Amino acid sequence: MARRQIHVSIDRLRGQRDEPAPRPQKLPSDDRACPTCASTFRAEEMRHNLNVCAACGYHWPVGGRERVAQLSDDGAYDELWTELRAADPLRFVDIQPYPRRVEAAEAKGTTEALVCADARIGGRPCVIAVMDFSFLGGSMGSVVGEKFARACERAADRGVPLVTVSASGGARMQEGVLALMQMAKTIVGFEVLRDAGVPVIVVLAHPTTGGVWASFASVGDVTYAEPGALIAFSGPRVIEQTTREKLPEDFGRAESQLSNGHVDAVVDRRELSGRIGRLLGILEQPPPATASLAMSLAQNGTERAARMAQALPSIPRRLRQRVLGGEPPADGGPR
Amino acid sequence: MKPPHMGDIGGRFRRFRSRLGGSAEPEADDVWKAIQLARHAERPYPLDYIARLMPDFEELHGDRLQGDDHAIVAGIGRYHGRPTVVIGQQKGRDAEERVFRNFAMSGPGGYRKAMRVMELAEKLRAPVVTLIDTPGAFAGAQAEINGQGGAIAQSMQTMMRLRVPSIAVIVGEGSSGGALALGVADRVVMLENSTYSVISPEGASAILWRDAGKAQLAAAAFKPTAANCYRWGVADAVVPEPEGGAHTDHDEAARLLDGYLSRTLRNLIAIPDADRVRQRRDRFRRLGAYRELPTGGTAIVVGVDDPRPAPGS
Ligand SMILES: [Zn+2]
Repeated sequence: MARRQIHVSIDRLRGQRDEPAPRPQKLPSDDRACPTCASTFRAEEMRHNLNVCAACGYHWPVGGRERVAQLSDDGAYDELWTELRAADPLRFVDIQPYPRRVEAAEAKGTTEALVCADARIGGRPCVIAVMDFSFLGGSMGSVVGEKFARACERAADRGVPLVTVSASGGARMQEGVLALMQMAKTIVGFEVLRDAGVPVIVVLAHPTTGGVWASFASVGDVTYAEPGALIAFSGPRVIEQTTREKLPEDFGRAESQLSNGHVDAVVDRRELSGRIGRLLGILEQPPPATASLAMSLAQNGTERAARMAQALPSIPRRLRQRVLGGEPPADGGPR
Repeated sequence: MKPPHMGDIGGRFRRFRSRLGGSAEPEADDVWKAIQLARHAERPYPLDYIARLMPDFEELHGDRLQGDDHAIVAGIGRYHGRPTVVIGQQKGRDAEERVFRNFAMSGPGGYRKAMRVMELAEKLRAPVVTLIDTPGAFAGAQAEINGQGGAIAQSMQTMMRLRVPSIAVIVGEGSSGGALALGVADRVVMLENSTYSVISPEGASAILWRDAGKAQLAAAAFKPTAANCYRWGVADAVVPEPEGGAHTDHDEAARLLDGYLSRTLRNLIAIPDADRVRQRRDRFRRLGAYRELPTGGTAIVVGVDDPRPAPGS
């Protein structure tokens, strides 16, 4: 099978899986060693490199807020709906009670496994919804489903694209069948976007598996994947257990899924924001006729036309700014 | 089904807690009993119901892409005077048939066959009935390569968009996305002893307890019974089974299901298409339970639906 366009070589993935990382001698606590090539980086280098190994291109996981900041212009964003927190509808206990797992995850600073925000990418406003694998494995429970649906509705209402990054082991077991239902809820969100004619860009980060891959993550309008990301409904371990098949090392990885036809491109994280910004430019609709008339008059310096543009409610905020110049209106919205 | 109201959230929270706690919770033994009944080797399967509900039925085969997935049966039959599409997950009765049906675990081809037949339903304005009974979608390398995840998502999208009425019936065990792929309908109903869960008890045992032998414990934690799913708003109704379980009397089980299906389809057909699609979306948009922290106040729970009477016939 021919499938090249590989950013992280299979050898490195293999190294990452099988061999323990070569232990560098005593690092200052903030430094991190690459699991595939053992290069070490200081915390600020890591941040500057967007958690990508400058030597070999290995992609470390990225937290939800950090990811939103990486994608947003100037790292600026307004986070949404942090007041939504997990409940315990089943009073679920496995080896520990579900609320205790949630508390432990919240203590690390993130409120849930999905971070939503208003932001701009490449100068264009959008709604961003990013999964955080460090919060209970990025699992999709009721809060994730609710926030995701709200993000879709907000994007549809404002006529701005939705940019979403998945990183999840699947449905949140501890919420039982209600977690399963969140898959359908994300599909409702995409239906709302479809009705509104608003594009959605999906970025598949490592890992995107189970119910997340089997819902919104696999049906985006444009789908990018990060190098080396595992993208699967059933992971290789589960498949090897059930079918006793021996799978190739690159099974389900972003590069394989590109050649299988399930993603549009494998994009290095360092190019992601620019690539999305360019794409948003391609996807942008031409301004409505009334708006473009008002804009051309305004460009001719007619003050009345500028007032008219201001008054037209149908003109998107961004366009209005372009017409009027200067600061964005003070009624909130992304900076 | 009444939509939840935004007012009286505190009261709803209390009722929600009391409904899910205390005596309302079935004992662990009862949950395990339901799971065993849902998987009973003699339990009626989709083709058993179809044979009784629509003697004139044409089974359709193939996804028109790469083959015919035998874990899913699909076709069109005459039901109460109109063409009706039925899609079901079919387990095998004996060892040979179980292998042939792949234990009702379909690959993407099964869901693509389902979607193809749903398109036919749209064309003919035929209602869609799905009969769900699967331990989950198949976990195999070829299934992944052929797009298992995407096929499940697309099947949900197709059902979400259907302009014809649809009813999903959990007739046995409904586990994971493999079940939900056929479960995005105007009404989702469960047979009395069926179960509906995010994962099979065995799968949960291996993942959460890291021990294959804890299935019974997992089942007690998930409580995936029809009665609970009804309380959570996941099921709209519970259809009674013959005394002792559906396996004791296939004819009676089919008769009881027929009563619910024919009545509900009649009601659904009376709703204008656009309203029905919107209500279906709203139904799935609502599901879930989470807390909403008001600034400086106590947590409230936005939970499942308003209190309901115990599920009955
Ligand atoms: Zn490296």
